[in-house]
Amino acid sequence: MDKVYNTVEAAVEDVFDGAVIAFGGFFSAGRPAGLTKALAKRNVKDLTIVLQQVGPGNEEILDLVTNGQIRKAICNYPFPRSASKGADHPFEQAVKKGEIALEVFPMGTFVEKLRCAGAGLPAFYTPTGVGTVVAEGKEVRVFNGREALLELALTVDFTFVHAWKGDREGNLIYHDTAQNYNTAMAMAGAITIAEVEFLHAVGDLNGNGIHTPGIFVKRVVETGRPDLEIADI
Amino acid sequence: MSATKKIIVPEIPPIEREMIALRIANMLEDGSYVNLGIGIPTLVSNWIEGRDINLQSEIGMLKCGPLAEDEEIEQDRINASCEFVMELPGSSYFDIGTSFAMIRGGHIDVAVLGALQVSASGDLAGWNNPARGMGAVGNIGGSMDLAVGAKKVIVAMDHVTVDGKAKILTECTYSLTAKACVDVIVTNYALIEVTPEGLVLKEAIDGVTAEDVQNMTAAPLIIADDFKEMEF
Repeated sequence: MDKVYNTVEAAVEDVFDGAVIAFGGFFSAGRPAGLTKALAKRNVKDLTIVLQQVGPGNEEILDLVTNGQIRKAICNYPFPRSASKGADHPFEQAVKKGEIALEVFPMGTFVEKLRCAGAGLPAFYTPTGVGTVVAEGKEVRVFNGREALLELALTVDFTFVHAWKGDREGNLIYHDTAQNYNTAMAMAGAITIAEVEFLHAVGDLNGNGIHTPGIFVKRVVETGRPDLEIADI
Repeated sequence: MSATKKIIVPEIPPIEREMIALRIANMLEDGSYVNLGIGIPTLVSNWIEGRDINLQSEIGMLKCGPLAEDEEIEQDRINASCEFVMELPGSSYFDIGTSFAMIRGGHIDVAVLGALQVSASGDLAGWNNPARGMGAVGNIGGSMDLAVGAKKVIVAMDHVTVDGKAKILTECTYSLTAKACVDVIVTNYALIEVTPEGLVLKEAIDGVTAEDVQNMTAAPLIIADDFKEMEF
């Protein structure tokens, strides 16, 4: 079952207006930069993007913002760390002006919403966020004497992940902390597209070390090892 | 006492941030799993070399090593503050779902977190400074999960804001990270424990009295029977 696409452009060709797209990556590590750049060249709009943060450490996402392609973002650490950097930041200012809607979840809740979507669980309860703004409008239940919030799974139309090694059937191995959200997001996408640094023949990768089994991946495209980037967050 | 209480900062200069980190490092037990937040908490890592303390980074790394420089840098190996770090013997990597199973699941012994405000009942406000003007959204990151999930939460922060306002209050006025989660507060002037009876002042830095600490704190302090000078 060969899933290889020859170019990032071909791999994202069917992303449609209004699509919900998850992007792997944690600041500079494990970002699907090639797929993201290809998406920014396409005339699709009203996108909902699901990712840790917009801009610091993953500057290619900003092209989608400045192109006006984003309607909504779902994040857990959306802005630059310092308020002074945020004052000049196109995403933070677009949120402030109401041009882009923003929903923020605690990091553990954010990743679990994606994992649950991939695992067929419509919702889950978590003690995180009880008694905070995160709890507003959400059902609270007591388990073993402790309050917990009902959080819903987050299904996405497309997921872009970045892996270190992949084979032609979509088995993926991530490298060090570049794994981060890629694993959970790969499960959550109706169509998960993996850019890989090194593409291998089927049978080359040891089955004991696969992080994302190929069943979760629809497309694979080889993009090479990115250059070292030092992100200022 | 309210947040508008007049705050008087003593003439004795505060200790450096590195010393807050050292005081906290001395509280950590060997064999523990510890998560360090952004800011002063990160400095704790400078004081634990050679000790059996395992740092967990929420990006998905256990036994997170010291900062990497030059040829030690591996582009795919960063901590949750986006700094390049080194591996240690026994380091492991995992996905963020597993990372937060560790955090929420009660497997982390201690989380050291920064704070904007802490209340008398141990409420923590650390993620949304209203001065930024972003309303109800901001950089939550892993802070809410850590505050709720770690067995012990130690706050590391300056005792008052840069413009001289109290950070330890009867009630927090900023958006909360979690309610009643803080166990110990270590500042550049004092060490305070959160107890069911209230805030107990255990230690103050050399030359600073219990009264001095109360004068910079907008919540009432109970002076511990064994109140003493902070040692390092």
